[in-house]
Amino acid sequence: MEYTATTSADARARPAGCQGTTKTMTQDAIAARVRRFALQDRLFLLVTFAFAAIVLVALAGILVSLVVEAWPAFREFGVGFLTGTRWSPADDVFGAVISVYGTLVTSFIALLLAVPISFGIAVFLTETCPKSLRRPLGTAIELLAGVPSIIYGFWGLFVLAPVFQEYVQPLLIATGLPLFEGPPLGIGIFTAGLVLSLMVIPFIASVMRDVFETVPPVLKESAYGLGCTTWEVVRNIVLPYTRVGVIGGVMLGLGRALGETMAVTFVIGNANRLASSLFAPGNSIASTLANEFAEADPVLHVPALFALGLLLFVITVVVLAAAKWLTARGTAAAGR
Amino acid sequence: MTKVSLYRRRKFTNALGLALSALSMALGLVGLTWILWTLLYNGLTALGPDFFLQSTPAPGTPGGGMANAIVGSLLMVAFATLVSTPIGILAGIYLAEYGSVSRFGSLTRFVTDIMLSAPSIVIGLFVYAIAVATTRHFSGWAGSLALSLIAVPVVVRTTENMLKLVPGSLREAAFALGAPRWKVSLSVTLRAVRGGVLTGVLLAVARIIGETAPLLFTALNNQFFTADMSKPMANLPVVIYNFAMSPYEDWQRLAWGGAALIALIVLTINIATRILFRDKLRS
Repeated sequence: MEYTATTSADARARPAGCQGTTKTMTQDAIAARVRRFALQDRLFLLVTFAFAAIVLVALAGILVSLVVEAWPAFREFGVGFLTGTRWSPADDVFGAVISVYGTLVTSFIALLLAVPISFGIAVFLTETCPKSLRRPLGTAIELLAGVPSIIYGFWGLFVLAPVFQEYVQPLLIATGLPLFEGPPLGIGIFTAGLVLSLMVIPFIASVMRDVFETVPPVLKESAYGLGCTTWEVVRNIVLPYTRVGVIGGVMLGLGRALGETMAVTFVIGNANRLASSLFAPGNSIASTLANEFAEADPVLHVPALFALGLLLFVITVVVLAAAKWLTARGTAAAGR
Repeated sequence: MTKVSLYRRRKFTNALGLALSALSMALGLVGLTWILWTLLYNGLTALGPDFFLQSTPAPGTPGGGMANAIVGSLLMVAFATLVSTPIGILAGIYLAEYGSVSRFGSLTRFVTDIMLSAPSIVIGLFVYAIAVATTRHFSGWAGSLALSLIAVPVVVRTTENMLKLVPGSLREAAFALGAPRWKVSLSVTLRAVRGGVLTGVLLAVARIIGETAPLLFTALNNQFFTADMSKPMANLPVVIYNFAMSPYEDWQRLAWGGAALIALIVLTINIATRILFRDKLRS
């Protein structure tokens, strides 16, 4: 707030500097006007400050209300809530492990698929793509990032899941790996990860393209001058230079994937079971909330759901904060 | 000889890497066209006049439309936009004009970025706790509040970024004329970037019109037509969700129509803002 004082002092000083040139106004009138301006400026600062504070208040409010509403569940189960592997509204037993496992595994699958593909898209857009196609293709990817997640979920359930069930799952099951056991249902944890990856690819790809574009052309040109191939330039110049920004972009994508509700709820199968197979139906934190909240019993079920929400919020905020910190460092390094 | 093989290997790696990158681009484009194609193919047939004029049908009855959901979505998005635009713009002005050096400013900027990607379902939980649990019923107002919480950070960030593009000389010129700071902010800098700020508001609308998760337990759903925001209110995303998950084919057809409608609105807004913004940059 010290800065506030100096700015309004500035505002007061500035019009005062005009005094000498104004001949039609008396000293008193000028002083009055300067005072009025200073008052208005202070008011303006106060108003904009208050509105900026709304954002902070909202975040604090979210945290406080989640903790308050989740409190009965924590009091009942204690730390056991975090390690409980049963989620059974009928018996009033609630443990977070199933949902947390679903959230983490779907997001992990999503990143596993999305990171290499996004990287490929970003390399294509910045290095090999003909100049005239760069803009339209980049725009197409950005448009894909703007499509609401319910569309991805809907499409995943009605279009992707049947195709996946028919053609891909039998092949993977035939490999005999324990990860791909069980009947080909079409929906399940793996499908949820697949739809999530489709959703975060455009997002990560746009961030990567943006950081790749911060590489000074001189660096790349010198590498080409030494006889490097395009791929070597990408590996040895572009990637090391943008490493921090790329990791930040990936973590931003992870933040999106962790908290995504609709794209997951449609296809994850919504079963409160822990299964070793990725083809089995499961549940994520967000999908559990979406499915159960509106009909939950207010005594213990609702607090347990709030506790899950709090868990999700904390996880995503940590990931996003790390991502923010990394991207800030990345752009600072690029600006150097 | 080894030199030749090394050269060959490097060329091969290069070709392989670039081919894979082109392949991933192709994959992305295939995904985009596949999604759009199925949406339009399944959705456009449902978008007749009935779709816009009739309310959602009871289970098993043929026909019907989404009039109640469309009106509900429009009302909630409109109120959310009305609330979040002034908040977002004023907070954006604070960040750009006063907040560049203060610690409060950088904290707010950081929190805004977090809120920008915070899980929307958690915002739904928050609004449930403060607006639904306290009044003991779901309402359109609660849904609108949840949507505005999501829209505010979008407007804040675009407003701030746009204001930062204004050259300092413009500000200094206004100050030199003796204008007070608030007047410089509102009628000089903000006015210089009004196209960009409008872009931010439009992007916020595009963001919230398809948001489902925060409405699931705030606005809930309503089978009947209502314009009363203090009652549970039908809205496109939740109706699409419920109908898509239902076993009735008529309902699923309507859901495809709704999904196509939302996708068209979002894509139109996104493309329109691009054109708007490009013209601004050129002039």
